[in-house]
Amino acid sequence: MADVVPAKISVPQSAAVGGAPSGALPVEQESIAFDVKNFSLWYGARQALHDITIRIPARKVTAIIGPSGCGKSTFIRALNRMHELTPGTRIGGEVRLFGENLYGLNVEPTTVRRRVGMVFQKSNPFPTMSIAENVLVGLRLNGVRDKALLSQRLEESLHMAALWDEVKDTLGRPGISLSGGQQQRLCIARALAVKPEIILMDEPCSALDPIATAKVEELIHSLQVNYTVVIVTHNMQQAARCSDKTAFFYMGKLIEYDETRTIFMNPANPQTEAYVSGRFG
Amino acid sequence: MQSVANHRYRKCKNAGMNTLAIACAVLVISPLGFILFYLIRQGASSVNWAFFTNLPAPVGQIGGGMGNAIVGTLELLLLASLVGVPIGVLGGIYLSEYGGERINDWIRFWADVLNGIPSIVWGIVAYGLVVKPMKGFSAYAGGLALGFMMVPLILRTTEEVLVLVPRSYREAALALGLPQWKTVVRIVLPTALKGIVTGMLLAMARVAGETAPLLFTAFGNNFWNRKLAEPVAALPLQIFNYAISPYDDWHRQAWAGALVLMAIILTINIVVRIISRGYNKSN
Repeated sequence: MADVVPAKISVPQSAAVGGAPSGALPVEQESIAFDVKNFSLWYGARQALHDITIRIPARKVTAIIGPSGCGKSTFIRALNRMHELTPGTRIGGEVRLFGENLYGLNVEPTTVRRRVGMVFQKSNPFPTMSIAENVLVGLRLNGVRDKALLSQRLEESLHMAALWDEVKDTLGRPGISLSGGQQQRLCIARALAVKPEIILMDEPCSALDPIATAKVEELIHSLQVNYTVVIVTHNMQQAARCSDKTAFFYMGKLIEYDETRTIFMNPANPQTEAYVSGRFG
Repeated sequence: MQSVANHRYRKCKNAGMNTLAIACAVLVISPLGFILFYLIRQGASSVNWAFFTNLPAPVGQIGGGMGNAIVGTLELLLLASLVGVPIGVLGGIYLSEYGGERINDWIRFWADVLNGIPSIVWGIVAYGLVVKPMKGFSAYAGGLALGFMMVPLILRTTEEVLVLVPRSYREAALALGLPQWKTVVRIVLPTALKGIVTGMLLAMARVAGETAPLLFTAFGNNFWNRKLAEPVAALPLQIFNYAISPYDDWHRQAWAGALVLMAIILTINIVVRIISRGYNKSN
């Protein structure tokens, strides 16, 4: 387990081909991170997601907007199989990550989550750990012992999360001693340290003040150079400010998905138009 | 004018109820004060260095102590912890982290039933399981009986403190690609560690004063316990034996023993207070 960046999930090619058109260009395949087809999700008898089909591009920021309870959080939790923690969930349809079936029989949720990291609504640094330990916990508990590598990743991750300058002299202090905005950036650094390919963010700024929000948004913008970011937000200005593409969810359905500019300036669907112009939701 | 009278009536009623509440509180606390005061008055004069280091003296001889019983009680608590702590903590982890709702309801129900079983029954169980096959009373048997009693206590407190660990920590760990067992062992348990230790100590304090389960397991011993497979003295047993004897000298020793036992249990409880104060602060 020395190498934490996991090898691509090895699904037998025969199983992985599925319904993908054989004539698709490899270049185009590379640029799609998540290819979701006819995806539905049930909590017990209640259907939370209806027949979602969406292609989320790699190395871009995709925002998911919609009113409370529309299934946007459920959807991104299904992208790294976190929804499986809720007992009684069931899915239909398929999700492919760079062409590989996320829900294949031989695919372990832990492998998926190492490739698809997540940042949560409420910052949650581990209370028993220092700032440095929080950043490195994913690497250490996956068996990385190399001190040079650890200290390099520590600095790198905190730099990427725009937190290094604020904490470089206090790395040994408890993670929970930081302010709310710093804690959230610490959680982002923790997610980045294991070098996932994708970062999912579930309303990462909803508990932050405007200044901290601005910092995190700036950070999200800088992440897209190396990462694919999917961000759930109920703040439409935020979606407009920092995303390339936007998907509008309503009542468990994907209503509209397009370039962010199009969604906000010239939406095709009247429901989308009503929502982005603030007439409901 | 009506409202002023009404106001005065309400003030009187308030004062009356306040007094009643204070009186009840005093009533609850005062037995502890009386017991401690009485124990100190009766026992303090017999507590000296020899009491902690010497063996019991034969009747008529002065200067005996309960050294063997104090060491014996600690031995029994250690053995009991070896049984009660792993089973209780692992069971609590199962309840909080793994078990399904229906099986958990059953486990909790049976744990509560076990908790209500009279302590002498645990003595009989340990007698049947250990004393009979080994053909003799032993520290093992006493430790097992006390250990059984600790299991449901530790199980429930462990579950309670683990459930208090916010779900978001588990999710954060799992989202880093950690398997569930590492999440539990490296993230959830350390977060709840103080609470788990508190539960362990409280269970120890609870069983330290038990006499009935030891009557036909540990049995008691007037000498140092050299092997765990032999009978062992314990403070509650020694107090019991001395208290029902006809000798004044032994009665004095019994008072001293009760005082020391009380002091041990009080100390454990104070340690628990100190730990759990830190626990509340860190959360």
